[in-house]
Amino acid sequence: MSVLVYTENWDGKFKKLSYELVSYATALAKELGTSATALSIGNVDETELKSLGNYGASKIISVSDDRLANLVNSAYSKVIAQVAEKEEANVIVFSNNFGGKALAPGVSVKLKAGLVAGVTALPSSIEPFTVKKAVFTGKAFANVVVKSDKKVLSLARNSFGISETDNNAAIEIFTPELSDGDFRTNVKDVTKVMGKVLLMDAEIVVSGGRGMKGPENWGPIEELAELFGGATACSRPVSDEGWRPHTEHTGQTGKIIAPNLYIAAGISGAIQHVAGVSSSKCIVAINKDPDAPIFEVADYGIVGDAMKVLPQMVEAVKELKAEG
Amino acid sequence: MKILVCISNVPDTTTKIRFVDDNKAFDKNGVQWIINPWDELALTRALELKEASGGAIEKISVITVGTKDAEPVMRKALAIGADDGIRVDTEAKDAYYVAMQIAEAIKDGGYDMILAGIESSDYNGSAVGRMIAEFLEIPSVSSVSKIEMEGGNISLKREIDGGTEVMETELPFVAIVQKGIALEPRIPNMRGIMMARKKPLAVVAPADGDALTEFAGFELPEAKAACKMVDEDNVKELVNLLHTEAKVI
Ligand SMILES: Cc1cc2nc3c(=O)[nH]c(=O)nc-3n(C[C@H](O)[C@H](O)[C@H](O)COP(=O)(O)OP(=O)(O)OC[C@H]3O[C@@H](n4cnc5c(N)ncnc54)[C@H](O)[C@@H]3O)c2cc1C
Repeated sequence: MSVLVYTENWDGKFKKLSYELVSYATALAKELGTSATALSIGNVDETELKSLGNYGASKIISVSDDRLANLVNSAYSKVIAQVAEKEEANVIVFSNNFGGKALAPGVSVKLKAGLVAGVTALPSSIEPFTVKKAVFTGKAFANVVVKSDKKVLSLARNSFGISETDNNAAIEIFTPELSDGDFRTNVKDVTKVMGKVLLMDAEIVVSGGRGMKGPENWGPIEELAELFGGATACSRPVSDEGWRPHTEHTGQTGKIIAPNLYIAAGISGAIQHVAGVSSSKCIVAINKDPDAPIFEVADYGIVGDAMKVLPQMVEAVKELKAEG
Repeated sequence: MKILVCISNVPDTTTKIRFVDDNKAFDKNGVQWIINPWDELALTRALELKEASGGAIEKISVITVGTKDAEPVMRKALAIGADDGIRVDTEAKDAYYVAMQIAEAIKDGGYDMILAGIESSDYNGSAVGRMIAEFLEIPSVSSVSKIEMEGGNISLKREIDGGTEVMETELPFVAIVQKGIALEPRIPNMRGIMMARKKPLAVVAPADGDALTEFAGFELPEAKAACKMVDEDNVKELVNLLHTEAKVI
């Protein structure tokens, strides 16, 4: 028995999200009276692999195979299922990100292991195995019982946090059994956004809505995000209008994010927008309409003109930074 | 070539979510049901591809797993332009069960392209499309934001963390689609609605098998503390609160 956690890498590096996953898997393993094993697929150097041990993994399995340079749903799922069987894993943990959504369901079918996607906490009960997840896009939570012996969980981002422990984990190389039939999709071209904090990774997000009037007014939003080392976002009409790129669209039909701080300027707070940001730890609303629904979900609010408030905020943050 | 689009019957996105039976079941009272937003976009894109294909795409079918309650959204999908539909007549118990039912129902259907949405807006499982591919042992591409077809060649664009990739795939395949796949969902017109009544909507019995998960109960999020208001002339105060009280900056 063990808990297996799949830790995706980005150009050979792990992210905060990977460490959160390992922390979760380790805590889960403790509750089950077993240990957590991390699985990495791709070219990741030894120091980086070892770092997973600092969050509690007692063993790290590394698979590197040239054919696995890009994500291939079927091949990756097969590798993970093979490792799960070898390790006699009864719980397999993924992130509920793009990679997790592409792989966890495949592993679930291969192992006939019930899947719960977007888990937000450790199980509330082990017998029966019951975990909590958000449903109706953040409007409610469900407690889900997994009836199968094996279980697949995907963890919602920023829902568990990171806990460091000292663990000198051993690295083990695993050679999967793959055939040509596992590689029936092919990447022809890759475009990467370089040098920017990704919206999904950002701890602070500054977001603008239709109340910002036009793309020419985004200056203070970008400046604030930059000061915070965060990312910019927007409401759907803003990306539909082409004021901002589609990758910034947050909400029910865009990106669902959970930063520590979400600043919404000139956003009314429509239910579909809020669905995508309600898991943020702290929400600040700036809106000239005191009755805007965004104030119902915000922790802090200013009723006022965002064009005037945002530049003042930039100055105040600069001052705060100067004070150290 | 034949395309299949998976349809999920979900509450309208503005629905106030409530539960009944001691919080064990979703309260369907007064709920408006819609085609899951991503499924609607998938269907829209399938129709666009068909119209531009010069006859190469012969047919677009839609499928759902659901009781009679799901019939209206299936008729709507036919009104939007799908040629025929299949309803597997059983409760949609969990993603595994739904995917297994769809795979069983279509395995001999000869579909070349199967489209599913990245998640359904009710239980947010993000799993059915990918599971269908696994049950049928065919390739799949996830988080697809574009599908193009030119002279029989299919090209897919998928989102990855921090970028995009252009993909090619063998047929048949499953594409799990998200934002970008089509701009606006198509709305049925009068002619479509009339024609939809005569289009075939087969009802098939479920295959044997069971779900692997079940809902034990639901909870609503804790009520949020009231929003703390700061005066518009005192932005500095807000920044201080974020620093010292909320401790987020
Ligand atoms: C199926 C479906 C899915 C959807 N998915 C999403 C989604 O994923 N994401 C999303 O965002 N929306 C989504 N929507 C759209 C959503 O319903 C709203 O229309 C949208 O969120 C509104 O965007 P907004 O707040 O920017 O604009 P508006 O609603 O127009 O609000 C603008 C706000 O700015 C304020 N304002 C104006 N001027 C100023 C000023 N100078 N200073 C300060 N405040 C000012 C106004 O008081 C107002 O509150 C969806 C809708 C549907 C039907």
